[in-house]
Amino acid sequence: MKISKEKFGQAFDALVADYKVIAPVSDGSGIAFTEVKSFSDVKQDYLNSKLPPKAFFFPQHEKLMSYKKEGKDVTVKSELKVENTILFGIRPCDAKGMLLLDKVFKNDQYTDPYYYERREKAVIIGLGCTKIAPTCFCSSFEISPAGSEGSDLFLIDLGDSYEVEVVTEKGKALADRLALAELTADEQALVDKIKSAETPSKIDVSNTTSKLDKMFNSPYWDTLQEKCLGCNVCSFSCPTCHCFDISEEVCKNEGTRVRTWDACMAPLFTLHGSGHNPRDNKKARWRQRLMHKFNYFVHNNGSMSCVGCGRCIKSCPVNMDIRQVVDGANKAELVVE
Amino acid sequence: MQQNPYLPITMKLVKNLVETEDRLINTFTLEFMNKQDEENFKYMPGQFAELSAYGHGEAPFGIATSPTEPGILKFSVAKVGCVSNALHLMEEGTMVGVRGPMGNYYPIEQFKGKNVVIIGGGFAFTTLRSLAKYMLDDKHRGDYGDITVIYGARNPGLLLYKEELAEWENNPNINLVTTIDRPAEGWTKHVGFIPSITEQIAPSSVDTYAVVCGPPAMIKFTLPVLEKLNFPPERIYTSLEMRMKCGLGICGRCNIGTEYVCKDGPVFSMAQLKELPNEY
Ligand SMILES: Cc1cc2nc3c(=O)[nH]c(=O)nc-3n(C[C@H](O)[C@H](O)[C@H](O)COP(=O)(O)OP(=O)(O)OC[C@H]3O[C@@H](n4cnc5c(N)ncnc54)[C@H](O)[C@@H]3O)c2cc1C
Ligand code: SF4
Ligand code: SF4
Ligand code: FES
Repeated sequence: MKISKEKFGQAFDALVADYKVIAPVSDGSGIAFTEVKSFSDVKQDYLNSKLPPKAFFFPQHEKLMSYKKEGKDVTVKSELKVENTILFGIRPCDAKGMLLLDKVFKNDQYTDPYYYERREKAVIIGLGCTKIAPTCFCSSFEISPAGSEGSDLFLIDLGDSYEVEVVTEKGKALADRLALAELTADEQALVDKIKSAETPSKIDVSNTTSKLDKMFNSPYWDTLQEKCLGCNVCSFSCPTCHCFDISEEVCKNEGTRVRTWDACMAPLFTLHGSGHNPRDNKKARWRQRLMHKFNYFVHNNGSMSCVGCGRCIKSCPVNMDIRQVVDGANKAELVVE
Repeated sequence: MQQNPYLPITMKLVKNLVETEDRLINTFTLEFMNKQDEENFKYMPGQFAELSAYGHGEAPFGIATSPTEPGILKFSVAKVGCVSNALHLMEEGTMVGVRGPMGNYYPIEQFKGKNVVIIGGGFAFTTLRSLAKYMLDDKHRGDYGDITVIYGARNPGLLLYKEELAEWENNPNINLVTTIDRPAEGWTKHVGFIPSITEQIAPSSVDTYAVVCGPPAMIKFTLPVLEKLNFPPERIYTSLEMRMKCGLGICGRCNIGTEYVCKDGPVFSMAQLKELPNEY
C-alpha cells in the first residue's frame, strides 16, 4: 500500500493533536530526534541521527523519584510521567535496538516501569534506508536497511509517496487514519529493489560468540585498546547500551533521585567502596564492551547487542572501529591455557 | 502492575548501635511501619537490600536478621563513603528508605538433612548470622545436622554480635569456634588466621556444606583447606560483593561474565564461580 507525501503530511499534522510526535530534525550540527508540531519541520532526507532514539524511553538524565524530609520524617513520590508518543523516521537498526533494549528492561525478575510504560505508549513509524553510510553494517546482523522488524508502521520513500507496511496492531490503528492506495507495478518493483539492498560493509559474526567463549584470557585484549580514552561516547551513542548510574540531587531538605547514562568504559564504573576495582584497566573495560555485546548478551538474550548503526565508529575521537575489533577477535590465535 | 522496584519503602531507624571497638561498624535496627510492608518484604538468609540515606543516596547491604525475627531488619554497615557515613550519623527515629529484598539466598533447601559449616571473617559475618539464626530457629533446627560456625576477626573488639556469640557458646545446637589473629589480653579462645584454624578443627566434609564469606585474602587461603578436607566445589558457597546501583539486573554495573551479581547472585557455589571469568 502507499500514500502520497502530501496526504501523509496532512495526517501527520492531525496526529500532533493526540500524540507527542518525535521526528528527525536538522539542528545545525546534524540530525536529532526532536518533538515537532508539523510535518514541514521534519528532515526527510537523512542518513541517521547523531544520538540513538532510545532516549525517549531511557532518557540521558531522568528523575526516578523525589522526596522531602521534615525532621526525622520523609515523604517519597514517584516521578514517572508518560505521554502517548509517536516516533517517526526510526531506522531499521534503531528499531531492532529497541527490541534488544526491551529484553534488558524486562528481565526474568523485574520490569523497569520508567522504560516500559513509555515504551508501551509509543508507536514506532520506521523509515527504510534508501541511502547507506559507509559506517553502516547492519546487514551483518540479519537486519535489512529496509526491513520492518521492530517498527509498528513501516514506510519506504518512493519519491512523491511512501510505501506503507502495517507491522503491528499499534501500527494498524495509525494506518486506519491514512488514506492508503495500491502500489503500481513499477512502484512494487522499486520497493522490491530497495528491500533487497544490503550494506556494502559487513562483518562476519557467525563464529564470534563461540570464539569469545574461549578468549577471556587472550593476549588479544592487551594492545587492542591502547588508544582508547575511556570517554564513553561509544556507549552513549549506542542504541543498545543501557548502563546507568543512580544519584541524588539535593537542595536543603528536598531532593530527587535521578538516573543518568553511564558506561563500562569509565574507570569508576565498577569501583567498590573498599577501593577494590575488578575492571581497573582499559584492557578489562574494552574486553567487557566487546564481550557484553557479542558474547554475554547472546548467552542471556539469544542475540548480539550490536545492530550495526555505526554511530560508535563515527563518534569515537580516536577512531576505534568495532568492525575491526570483531574482525581481529575472529582472527586472533587462541592460547592454550 | 508490579510495584515500582525503584521506590523504597520507609522504615524507622529504632537503634543505631556502635558494633565494633574501632567504631567503624554500626548495626542498624529498622522497624517496618506497617504489616503490609512487612508482608511484601519476604526474604531469606543471604539476600540484601538497598538502603537509602535520603540526601546522600543508596547502597546495598546484606540483611543480618533472619526471617524468623519478625518486625525488624538489621544491617551492619562499615563506614567507607558517602551513604555509609550518613547512615552512621543518623539519629534514632530517623526514617530511612529500603528497597528489596534483592538477590538469591543460601541454598537452605539443599542443606536440609546435611551438616553445615559456616566460615566468616571480619564484618562479612552479616548474612552468615542470618543463616545461622535461621537454622537454629526451633522450627528449622531439626532440618539440619551439625551446625559449625568458625568466625574470626583481627582482635576481639572487631567481632560482631558479641552477645549472640556468648549465647551460642553455651548452646548445644551449634558448635561455635571464634578466633583472633594475634593473642590479646583476656582472650581464651583460638588464636590464628581462619584458614589455619579451619585446618585444625578439620570439619568433616561427609554430607556437609560449607559457606565461606570474608575478605578476599581469607577466602583465597580458606578454599585450599576446604579442598584438602574433600569439600567438592558444588558444596562450597560464598557471597560476592560488586559495586551496585539498581539491584535489578538492569543498570549493567555488577556483571561477572553473563551473571549479574545483584540478580543472579550474590550467592554462588565455587563450582559456578569456576565457570565464570575471574573478574571480581
Ligand atoms: C550484595 C552486597 C552486600 C553488601 N553487604 C554489606 C554489609 O552487610 N555491610 C557493609 O558494610 N557493606 C556491605 N556491602 C558493601 C557496601 O555496599 C559498600 O561499602 C557501600 O556501597 C559503600 O557505599 P558508600 O556510599 O558509603 O561509599 P561511596 O561513597 O560509594 O564510596 C566508597 C569509596 O569509593 C570511592 N569513590 C566513590 N565514588 C567516587 C568518585 N566519584 N570518585 C572517586 N572515588 C570514589 C571513594 O574512595 C570512597 O571511599 C555490600 C555490598 C554488596 C554488593
Ligand atoms: S556494559 Fe558496556 S557495552 Fe554493555 S551495555 Fe553497558 S556500557 Fe554498553
Ligand atoms: S568512543 Fe572511542 S575513545 Fe571513547 S570510550 Fe569508546 S572506544 Fe574509547
Ligand atoms: S546493580 Fe544494576 S545490574 Fe546489578
